[in-house]
Amino acid sequence: MINKKIDTVSQALHGVANNMTLMLGGFGLCGIPENAIAELVKLGVKGLTCISNNAGVDDFGLGLLLQNRQVKKMISSYVGENDEFERQMLSGELDVELLPQGTLAERCRAAQAGFPAIYTPAGYGTEVAEGKETRDFDGKMYVLEHAFKADFSFVKAWKGDEAGNLIFKGTARNFNPNMCGAAKITVAEVEELLPVGALDPNQIHIPGIFVQRIFEGKTYEKRIEQRTVRQK
Amino acid sequence: MLDKTGIAKRIAKEVQDGYYVNLGIGIPTLVANFVRKDIDVEFQSENGVLGMGPFPIEGEEDADIINAGKQTITTLDGASFFDSSLSFSMIRGKHVNLTILGAMEVSENGDIANWKIPGKMIKGMGGAMDLVASADNIIVAMMHTNKRGESKLLKRCSLPLTGVNCVKKIVTNLAVLQVTNKGFKLLERAPGVSVNTIKNATEGHLIVEGDIPEMVLE
Repeated sequence: MINKKIDTVSQALHGVANNMTLMLGGFGLCGIPENAIAELVKLGVKGLTCISNNAGVDDFGLGLLLQNRQVKKMISSYVGENDEFERQMLSGELDVELLPQGTLAERCRAAQAGFPAIYTPAGYGTEVAEGKETRDFDGKMYVLEHAFKADFSFVKAWKGDEAGNLIFKGTARNFNPNMCGAAKITVAEVEELLPVGALDPNQIHIPGIFVQRIFEGKTYEKRIEQRTVRQK
Repeated sequence: MLDKTGIAKRIAKEVQDGYYVNLGIGIPTLVANFVRKDIDVEFQSENGVLGMGPFPIEGEEDADIINAGKQTITTLDGASFFDSSLSFSMIRGKHVNLTILGAMEVSENGDIANWKIPGKMIKGMGGAMDLVASADNIIVAMMHTNKRGESKLLKRCSLPLTGVNCVKKIVTNLAVLQVTNKGFKLLERAPGVSVNTIKNATEGHLIVEGDIPEMVLE
């Protein structure tokens, strides 16, 4: 067993520096690496490029990095729900690249899987495809989208073991598996870190080979953005 | 004239037995409430769930189980969770049978705009561009005119496009229309709405052939 266990979040983020490109898992506030984000705020690293489907809300998730002016550029598919983000974007302080959600996922996965680029039909004929190579396959047009190049990938899983194997829960899975092994160093934080042998190999979603560092997160707030319920 | 619930009711009639369906945010979300109970349908949400159920009973919300609108949801028996890449494999790979989404503008050749108003609103496209680029069966749910009374069914879209040549059917508060290579073909009128009213509210080319029946909602 190759042990990936790291004791503290500060050790897990060792090597993170200004102007790096980071991938961060999560959809809205669901399945975000809360501990890693809190540590990035604490470190105060600046000039970051963040690849993440959303940008958090004003006072939680990636919104915390935005409030702190640590982000130079966001690469996302949907950035509503965040006033400070909108302000920084419209004033030109923040560079924003919006991509179709499936393209965002596949550019992560391409990096993970060793593909330099992929062709997708998404965005053809729109401003997303401007300046990009396009090609006809069997009479339909596709856009060439390149694999992301990132320094760190921060993902959140439900359970993990010391070998770095990961299991996700519910829709907190989202982009997290696609970002594992898609950056130079993948840091996984889990709600429960178990010794090897505790997880059933049949149930592993992401094998430890894609993860360089794993640690148990301290507390998870798991904030709900839209609490919708029905009566009994 | 229909309200938003009426639009959802009419679209629900397009959902057939055995369909996997992706519902967008807004009116499309309401469609799930009106699908016939005697057919088997599964709802997909692009954040990674197939087999979505109703909202949870108060106190049973789970922050780890949400839909693409970030609302807490439940799952039904037979449901599954998956990552974003696999989710869009279902969508781009045409495994999802029907996509229902909202729009700010649709043009007579089936272009759709629904993600950006330059200088005003830039929230992003989310999964919409993937959905419209691939689905064979796309229904747009929207009001026929905007808040200023201007037509949303245009010759050409004025806003940045989400996809080209992709919308097949549109259900509005006034009508059901099919996008053909000659323009918007009027299929049905909303209850109490005249063909003239629809003509006046449609900027793009409207094709009216023969008697246009009134929608049947129930």
